[in-house]
Amino acid sequence: MKKTLKITVALVAVLAGLTSCNNSEKSKGRSGALASNVAEKVYVAPGEHDSHYAFISGGYSGNLTVYGLPSGRMFKEIPVFSQFPTNGYGYSEETKPMLETSFGFVPWDDSHHPDISQTNGKLDGRWIFINGNNTPRIARISLTTFETEEIIEVPNSAGNHSSSFITENTEYVVAGTRFSVPVPQRDMPIKDYKGNFKGALTFIAVDPEHGHMDIKFQILMPGFNYDLSHPGRGKSHGWFFFTTYNTEEASTLLEVNASQNDKDFIAAINWKKIEAYVNNGGGKMMPAEYTHNLHDEATHTATSTMKKEVRVVDPAEIPGAIYLLPTPKSPHGCDVDPSGEYIVGNGKLSANLTVHSFTKMLDAIEKKKFDGDAYGIPILRFEDVLAGSVEQPGLGPLHTEFDGKGNAYTTFFISSEVVKWKLGTWEVLDRKPTYYSVGHLTIPGGNSREPFGKYMFAMNKITKDRYLPTGPEMEHSAQLYDISGDKMELLLDFPTHGEPHYAAAIPAEIIKNNSKKIYRLAENKHPRKATIDADTKVVRDGKNVHVYMTTIRSHFSPDNIEGVKVGDKVFFHVTNLEQDFDVPHGFAMIGANNAELLISPGQTRTLTWEPKKVGVWPFYCTDFCSALHQEMQGYVRVSPADSNIELSWSLGD
Amino acid sequence: MKKVVMIITGFGMMLFMACGDGEKKKDSPYEKSTPTEQAAPAKSKVPASERVELNNKGVGPITSLALPTEIDQTMVAHGKDVYEKMCTACHKADKKFIGPPPTGILTRRSPEWIMNMILNPEEMVKQDPLAKDLLMEFNGAPMANQHLSEEEARAVLEYFRTL
Repeated sequence: MKKTLKITVALVAVLAGLTSCNNSEKSKGRSGALASNVAEKVYVAPGEHDSHYAFISGGYSGNLTVYGLPSGRMFKEIPVFSQFPTNGYGYSEETKPMLETSFGFVPWDDSHHPDISQTNGKLDGRWIFINGNNTPRIARISLTTFETEEIIEVPNSAGNHSSSFITENTEYVVAGTRFSVPVPQRDMPIKDYKGNFKGALTFIAVDPEHGHMDIKFQILMPGFNYDLSHPGRGKSHGWFFFTTYNTEEASTLLEVNASQNDKDFIAAINWKKIEAYVNNGGGKMMPAEYTHNLHDEATHTATSTMKKEVRVVDPAEIPGAIYLLPTPKSPHGCDVDPSGEYIVGNGKLSANLTVHSFTKMLDAIEKKKFDGDAYGIPILRFEDVLAGSVEQPGLGPLHTEFDGKGNAYTTFFISSEVVKWKLGTWEVLDRKPTYYSVGHLTIPGGNSREPFGKYMFAMNKITKDRYLPTGPEMEHSAQLYDISGDKMELLLDFPTHGEPHYAAAIPAEIIKNNSKKIYRLAENKHPRKATIDADTKVVRDGKNVHVYMTTIRSHFSPDNIEGVKVGDKVFFHVTNLEQDFDVPHGFAMIGANNAELLISPGQTRTLTWEPKKVGVWPFYCTDFCSALHQEMQGYVRVSPADSNIELSWSLGD
Repeated sequence: MKKVVMIITGFGMMLFMACGDGEKKKDSPYEKSTPTEQAAPAKSKVPASERVELNNKGVGPITSLALPTEIDQTMVAHGKDVYEKMCTACHKADKKFIGPPPTGILTRRSPEWIMNMILNPEEMVKQDPLAKDLLMEFNGAPMANQHLSEEEARAVLEYFRTL
């Protein structure tokens, strides 16, 4: 076929000397068929859309980034746990409550593991959840507005790492603690850790209609470190699995002291059983302070509520709900295959990959084949629950995902590679290098009942020479592979932002048509909105001055304000009157000690400004909105504190 | 195989033809349609806002609209409400502001043109010579698409009849 084509092209060229049609054929010949083929697989022509969304955690940026696959293009950074001057998130009065915690205002976090909501074990694309690792929090982001709608703090937790994974009907988003801590927190010697600290595993109920989160119960587990987790699905729906390390319960030099035991555990939690226990009044309420922050789409405003107690469950109260599965050497990833039968424990320091069988686990439980207990929780025998091992597949296994065709893909941090192996036979089918030191990997839907096994991407911790150098610190690198064939094929390198831990990806068609284009002005219930000219005004309330302002291409109303004084606190409540897709306006005030506002069509946002100097001070629109954008500006006259100039405001007079 | 045939045919048909793969069909809701340029009109000295073009229906969803003689007061009330909420940031009823005033507009514009300007401003300023001239007369300030429904735009038109 290709030859015929080339011959034909050559023939045409020779006979006619020139044609207008052979350009693409020439370039194919030049770059080689293989390279050209790979390029075509990731090439998304100008104006065309990617086939998949990828939501990649920002790690220490605290945020979530949105990418397209296969192009690797970044579309958006969604602020979640960190202040974001780019649009004023965490600076505007409406969004500041989102970052309130029981420790006060915490403007940063370390975001780790995004997970998309599911119905019947399949991605439904309604919301995406992500955990804040440092000051334990779980966020819910709407996949219609692509904005953070809700953040709930997790009490009794520290290093919120085995989070945020959801059950197969989004009944719960689950958050497990990495650090065990005194529960309740108290002043005590660190060396008395063992036997005294607890590890809280938190089940946060998700309201099926609005997605609102509420802590249903916390299980106070022994003082191990709970590293990662995943829900059972299909046959194992109703169970949740957590990897543990530091079952030694060391409090110092964990690098050595937490690597002593030959085996740690995967904790298998029958959450349905605990849920029933709690529904019948089981567990007890304990005092605990934690915030619940909710952004209301109608008022465009977030509120923060301090909760005062949480329901805790002691495993000893409910025998038969929790079991420990011995798993070699500090297992990290805890991944459940699409059928729900296999639970893969990636022992970081183990030569082999351990795969447990859910069926064998149930059988061993039924026959009460226990090998002792840890703090009253029965330990099953390794041999009784083992489905099989992948023998010496690589060094430093971390995470496993599934393609829905019976194959699993595991990342190996130390040997920098992804290894494809077969579920059931445990044979290694393929291996491909990653660049360098891979952490997580993602297959769209790869942790659901129905993965979309076309692409896989690896998120690497070390970049080194993959891109042009940018000083001592490089953004991390990801690699995209085509996994539709027998062998994985490396297609693309693309840089990521912050430190991606996990990512969640989904076919674009599931969510793209739900993406909101504007907020309807008619639905705006902001208490200080201005939607018509008659609403625009400036009101003094003691030292507080409220400016009710509107924007539309390309003016502010009002744009001249007088009567503001040094020592006042000025609140600019800016409503964007546009009702057209992708026409935000910005608002920036000279000397403001916070950030700008970026106001979406139909939205109201408030910036606070405390003028310190007498003078006439300008503000302007930061988002190039029309040919007259540069004219979109105004002035505030600031008079001395003792001035008696009356407030006045105008536009065009 | 298709390409081979195309190339041979192309050669046979005398070398000059576009052999590209052709535009792919696009279903995305976010696509912008490609404007088709119309010939620029002869320059008129009358400002666009004062020009009378009652036969120009503009470009957009409204191709034909016959106004009943009687003005529908329910529709007027609704139209006034919509106008005040969605249009007054740029249009004052009887004086030039960011855009032209709507008072007396039906003596200069067809009902279809008015509705198309409300419903389809992006294409109007590119394709309708009068709308294009208006854009220039009003300093390049774009008519914002406020995404009124056809029913709302019709009510606004009815309100304009009373001004």
